[in-house]
Amino acid sequence: MVETATKLVVKDYKSDVKPTWCPGCGDFGVLSASLKALAELQLKKEDVVVVSGIGCSGRMTYFLTPYGMHGLHGRAIPLATGVKFANPDLTVLVMAGDGDLFSIGAGHLPHAAARNVDITVICMDNQTYGLTKAQASPTSKIGHTSKSTPHGVISEPANPVLTALSSGATFVARGYSAKPPQLQDLIVRGIQHKGFAFVHVQSPCTEFHDTFDYYNERIEQLPDDWDPSDREAAIRLALTDDREYLGLFYQTERPVYETTAREWAPINDEFDVETYLAQFA
Amino acid sequence: MPSKNEIIIRLAGEGGEGVISTGDIFTLGSARSGYNVFTFRTYPAEIKGGHAWYHIRVGSSSIRSMGDGVDVLVAFNAEAYHIHHHLLNPGGVLIYDPDTVTPENSDAIQYPIPFNRIARKDLEFVRGKNVVVTGFLAGLFGLEPASLEDLIRNRFKRRPEILDKNMKALETGVAYATKEITKSDPFYLSETNKVGRLVMSGNDAISAGALYAGCRYYAGYPITPASEILETMARELPRLGGISLQAEDEIASIASCIGASFSGVKAMTATSGPGFSLMTEFMGYAGMAEIPLVLIDAQRAGPSTGMPTKLEQGDLNHSLYGGHGDFPRIVIAPGDVKDCFHQIVNAFNMAERYQTICVFLSDQSLSHRTETLTKPDVSTIPVIDREKPTDGDLEGYLRYLNTETGISPMSIPGMKGGAYTSAGLEHDEAGHVDKPMESHLMMVPKRYRKIETARREMEKPNRYGVVDATIGLIGWGSTQGVIEEAVDRVNANGIKAAAMHPKVLCPLPDEELQAFIDSVDYVLVPEVNYSGQFAHYLQANLNVKPVRLNKYDGLPFTPGEIVAKIEEVASHG
Repeated sequence: MVETATKLVVKDYKSDVKPTWCPGCGDFGVLSASLKALAELQLKKEDVVVVSGIGCSGRMTYFLTPYGMHGLHGRAIPLATGVKFANPDLTVLVMAGDGDLFSIGAGHLPHAAARNVDITVICMDNQTYGLTKAQASPTSKIGHTSKSTPHGVISEPANPVLTALSSGATFVARGYSAKPPQLQDLIVRGIQHKGFAFVHVQSPCTEFHDTFDYYNERIEQLPDDWDPSDREAAIRLALTDDREYLGLFYQTERPVYETTAREWAPINDEFDVETYLAQFA
Repeated sequence: MPSKNEIIIRLAGEGGEGVISTGDIFTLGSARSGYNVFTFRTYPAEIKGGHAWYHIRVGSSSIRSMGDGVDVLVAFNAEAYHIHHHLLNPGGVLIYDPDTVTPENSDAIQYPIPFNRIARKDLEFVRGKNVVVTGFLAGLFGLEPASLEDLIRNRFKRRPEILDKNMKALETGVAYATKEITKSDPFYLSETNKVGRLVMSGNDAISAGALYAGCRYYAGYPITPASEILETMARELPRLGGISLQAEDEIASIASCIGASFSGVKAMTATSGPGFSLMTEFMGYAGMAEIPLVLIDAQRAGPSTGMPTKLEQGDLNHSLYGGHGDFPRIVIAPGDVKDCFHQIVNAFNMAERYQTICVFLSDQSLSHRTETLTKPDVSTIPVIDREKPTDGDLEGYLRYLNTETGISPMSIPGMKGGAYTSAGLEHDEAGHVDKPMESHLMMVPKRYRKIETARREMEKPNRYGVVDATIGLIGWGSTQGVIEEAVDRVNANGIKAAAMHPKVLCPLPDEELQAFIDSVDYVLVPEVNYSGQFAHYLQANLNVKPVRLNKYDGLPFTPGEIVAKIEEVASHG
């Protein structure tokens, strides 16, 4: 029997597991955009690995049919790094929350970006800890009151786009879960990008910290004539407080770690133990 | 005077002034000339300054420990003399620079050699001092200079301007020993046959064995005494198509290894106590998600930063019990350098077969010890890969299939039909997390069943010593050689002793150990820690109340220390 290539559709990537998120959760928009992005790219589901962290966003892997790693809190990026380094043919996505990426696991993103590992990191940012029920998160704004900050947040919020830009990410974008078509496009381009792609997504939590109205008022598309090769301009834009810009901030090309690391020596897959041990004779 | 062809040499002095390089060159030169060597070295945690020493036992017959006392002390400075001279055995030799050391009256044979002055004035090469000393030792003990010349040529091949100076320094040292002094000591390395032996450190053997076992992904963070493994893997893996990553921390190290193993590549990380503590959460993940992984812990004295360049067998409890919740793990501790090669292959085999974390416990003395060994016969060391699903398994594939052995065929990304989510959450056979309580009741015993399977299938420990022993020693890890040397010594003196040294510590080979325990009157457990971690573990799992021998000064056991304890137990019995 000749296998004919059938076109993959959204439901091929969607598992039978019913999402456990609250009604209206921003993460539904991210799920929908991701499913459509996978279908648009026609990726074989056995060649895709989605790595998640812990929290509401971490459940994403169960709702998808490709290979998944539901990892530990904060550690999705180093897990994904190992997955990709071991088999560079795989398409590797990290889908993690703001707590994962900018609090407990904040030490990993700068290094993965600097190495330019060819993975796509999608940050589902809801500015709260949803699964533990409404404590402040590293991206909560100053003054935000929550159960763990009854008198208001004191510390400056993390700036995910700025962090990615300053760390050397070669693709930096922001989407909004209430705008799935644009988010789908950014995820597609992030996956197509050869190198470390970071997609920051404002994905509000309707249950504990509903910021849909806040963002609906403040979002703004990047200007039509935006030059995504200008890193300094991208950094200035990332520092803007009053508007929340959406789109591709920055993209550049740089050698990918896992490719360069295999170019240092001619590869000979056989390990000849006798020859190796002879150096100790 | 009969000559003695086994010598215990200790070189001591200021860190950074050449003690370690003198020791390395003399050790390698001796080994390349066909002698057996066994070393212990320790140095300050600083790069320059502080007190460093290098201990070499060299001879023509098999050497299994650092021996007792010191036959030859080379004191590079006065502090070195004061710290070590009381360890000189009767009839021992003191070699010192009379410009810096004024020895007290003693019965030691004294060879003053002004090596600082020789280097500075005669050679006009201050840094050649250590090579002068190396040459002197070679001349004094009859070591052929040819092997040392080769080593020096190799060491300085890219720096011809100092190669000649070093060769001249070596020659000067040899000449001083043979012409300027009258030899009055009995130590002489007689002729030996240059049979095909290797000379390796524990970390060399661990790295070699890992590559042979098929390790193609390594990630680690620099830490004493494990860093040489990172350095070797960084050098070797690219040409094998693998990757070695110096990660941002130990958590990222173990995480990326787990990711690589999930992708189907054999992966390993190496660390010491502080890094091992950081890796603990992921040990549980590997146990829960059933991902093969080898974690090397080159133990050093703890807790916290502890004594980074000193020995302690202090991480057994963490290996056995570290991490929250119940999960199966394999724990392996090699006995000597050659065993490092064999057991690291075993560690990969067991990690792969039982799909869980395997902790491999080396330590500061073993990782940094140089030993001569016969070449491992790899035809007797099989390499085992994890069980992969068949085409049939992949129809309606269940990643965590509840089997009799507890082992479920593991798919890897790229396999059509094999997709699943590896989960730290409790999950059912398919990996679904929606019925945790029901799943937990099935999956906890399923995961532990792998350990029972391992216990049935694994290598069993051998008994060492006389068959009718009344005293049985049970040890673990790097103390194997010194324990067996002590057993030989007491057996020769009429005390009947035997030893058992299990390499796989979890699962414990309980039947063999209990039979051994039942065959003797007293059980003695020597270990280099304060609290008796292994003794407690044996007591918790077997019917035994061992006598403990604990040492925690940061140094390895000497055979004499163990002999004395055996004699004490024998006299009370």
